[in-house]
Amino acid sequence: MAEMVYQRDIYGQTLVELGRQNKNVVVLDADLSCSTKTKLFGAEFPERFFNFGVAEQNMMAAAAGLASCGKVVFVSTFAMFASGRAWDQVRNTICYNNFDVKIVATHAGITVGEDGASHQAIEDLALMRCIPNMKVVVPCDGPETREVIITAFNTPGPFYIRLGRSKFPTVTDRPPFKLGKASILTQGTEVTIIACGILVSEALKAYEDLKKQNISAQVINMHTLRPLDSQTIIQSARNTKGIVVCEEHAAVGGLACAVDEIVCENHPTKVYRVNIKDKFGQSGSAERLLEEYHLRSSDIVAAAKSIVGQ
Amino acid sequence: MVAKKVNELKEKAKQMRRLIIEMLAKAGSGHPGGSLSSTDIIATLYFHVLRHRPKEPNWPDRDRFHLSKGHCCPALYAALALSGYFDIKELFTLRQFGSLLQGHPDRRTPGVEVASGSLGQGLSVALGMSLAGKLDEKDYRVYCLLGDGECQEGNIWEAAMAAAHFQCDNLCAILDYNEVQIDGRVSEIMDLEPLREKWVSFGWYVIQTDGHNFEKLINAFEEAKTVKIKPTIIIAKTVKGKGVSFMENVVDFHGRAPNENERKKALEELK
Repeated sequence: MAEMVYQRDIYGQTLVELGRQNKNVVVLDADLSCSTKTKLFGAEFPERFFNFGVAEQNMMAAAAGLASCGKVVFVSTFAMFASGRAWDQVRNTICYNNFDVKIVATHAGITVGEDGASHQAIEDLALMRCIPNMKVVVPCDGPETREVIITAFNTPGPFYIRLGRSKFPTVTDRPPFKLGKASILTQGTEVTIIACGILVSEALKAYEDLKKQNISAQVINMHTLRPLDSQTIIQSARNTKGIVVCEEHAAVGGLACAVDEIVCENHPTKVYRVNIKDKFGQSGSAERLLEEYHLRSSDIVAAAKSIVGQ
Repeated sequence: MVAKKVNELKEKAKQMRRLIIEMLAKAGSGHPGGSLSSTDIIATLYFHVLRHRPKEPNWPDRDRFHLSKGHCCPALYAALALSGYFDIKELFTLRQFGSLLQGHPDRRTPGVEVASGSLGQGLSVALGMSLAGKLDEKDYRVYCLLGDGECQEGNIWEAAMAAAHFQCDNLCAILDYNEVQIDGRVSEIMDLEPLREKWVSFGWYVIQTDGHNFEKLINAFEEAKTVKIKPTIIIAKTVKGKGVSFMENVVDFHGRAPNENERKKALEELK
């Protein structure tokens, strides 16, 4: 059984680490610091931590102002509010200026669970992926979260980093995170499975099931949606019979669309989607919702088998 | 001394107004009304109040100015050019392809700190600059010019609340209260009054003044510097289109450039 870790715990701890190394690190939150875990930074560096209350638009634009004066600003709230509520501020004031603002959005996707549809951001990748200068990253587990946060700190410009609410199983034998470079988790010849976030673990389970059925699958952790590793996608499109894209996101605008954009232009092939089909979420446990919205390894297996013609 | 300064500012403001008319006429589009209403405020800032080095736009100790009402950038561009941030001839490329001077402020322009244009965000940007100054223990001040129409944006009031909460006494907002917005008079579109009471209740130190009287503007900025704990807003009563008789208080000139005849007439008045 894989170790289970909260990505946001790792995020909070990594912020403290960065705060100790560099006094230019400033952290902002909008009344969710206990949930996003930025409170860990706030406890150690109260003078560099600002709680903006329930006012995300102000927080995002103020982050831009801080960054204009040389600060590296980490901004956190839930993905719903980080991506939707303050989109114009993110677009016009953070990204247009290409400022060092790292938006680390927690509680993304359907696995927010019991809070229900109003809090389940399943459109955020679409909203963030279309903005020039923005880098969009979805770490697959706790340890990768740390690498992503450190990379974001060391890489100029704005980031949108998407974290979950629930504990994620740690992915073993994972290559070190490299921004914009897909990480290939298993070699396979018949079908490609491209996943991000919590669905990477599901994809690996699917890989095992497919192996038992003598189907060889290549599993790719596509942690970076922007800049997208199009070379790896094109190679997979060429080398296998098709691609299954898995994401805890709406069918429109997320990772699946990003993959479509690349294969359509370079090497048209079948792309099947394991994601959320034009629906809002609802209350329920994360497990139950993954089941309900067909985001389980069994759904990935079914899609992979259709591609290989079984 | 003050009289000399006032005369100097009057002269600068007149030059700015002439440049605004000329650059907008050349561009064929843009926003004369608010540019002219804010000219005297911007002149007072750039030619008296701001601590800045035009040849060294990134000087770390400079005072920050952020134009939240980005559509009035012709006034800012004129002040920047007259200050020496770039050559005056650049002004006549305004809004053209490849120009240093975009239709709304952009960081490619020397002297522009942060892009603006989408209304209601500038006070938050200035708040961020203010917090950075405090963190770095710098004594620079942050100035932010707001439009009245944009105070209808919720984001302004989020920023107002936060700037008072964080005790941003190095922050001074100026409201260009010309009482006209694109669709008509502010009081008819979405009334802001009682404005003074709103800012006071949000925890700000409020100064009300005439935005076309240099002596009063100079005094207001001086007074703002003495305020501790609270951020300051100077509510400057202005006239939209100020200085060009046929543009004054005319809603149409919020966002329409002067044609050739209007350009000539305006320049005649601004001699």
